[in-house]
Amino acid sequence: MFTAAAAALLAALALALTRAFLGPTVFDRAQAANTVGTIAMLLLAVIGFLTGRPEFLDLAIVYGLLNVVGTIAVLKYFEYGDLGEPGDSNNGRAQ
Amino acid sequence: MNLVVDIVSWACLVSGGIFCAIGGLGLVRMPDFYTRMHAASVTDTLGAGLILFGLILQAGLTLIAVKLLIIGLLILFTSPAATHALAKAALTRGLKPLLVEEGSPSSKP
Repeated sequence: MFTAAAAALLAALALALTRAFLGPTVFDRAQAANTVGTIAMLLLAVIGFLTGRPEFLDLAIVYGLLNVVGTIAVLKYFEYGDLGEPGDSNNGRAQ
Repeated sequence: MNLVVDIVSWACLVSGGIFCAIGGLGLVRMPDFYTRMHAASVTDTLGAGLILFGLILQAGLTLIAVKLLIIGLLILFTSPAATHALAKAALTRGLKPLLVEEGSPSSKP
């Protein structure tokens, strides 16, 4: 039962990686990275159940949090060209 | 009773996996970036929701089910925010969506 779900998740992971490889624009790659993060989170949970180790769920939670923060930071860099200096209020744009 | 819970959780897990695969397939086959975002959100919502629900049924009323619920809430709240940031960044950097040209036969009502 868990192996079926894990196999389907691995297939989805392979498809997301192909989009990350093919993606013409950089935002396709950011989208694929976000999807890979979500699928990795689910895969962690399913494998945690498969091998009977409940600690994997904590890994999945931490991985999910890091994935979102990383995606938002990368997108801020793509959008504004830099991550801005501490204290400038307008995200690096002219006042 | 236990058999019913097992069958329902098995069905949820397998269908969640299938929806994740469908989301991944949509991510590859969709023509345009903005349509791919829709496909990716299929994985985030249906795939994750069904798989987590199936796992919660397996876990029963324990701390593990609470952790699974936390993962579900995490995906529920952060996935739209990430998708919004993605669309905003793409639009700001001038990525035009693939629209039907005016007057082409397919755009007539």
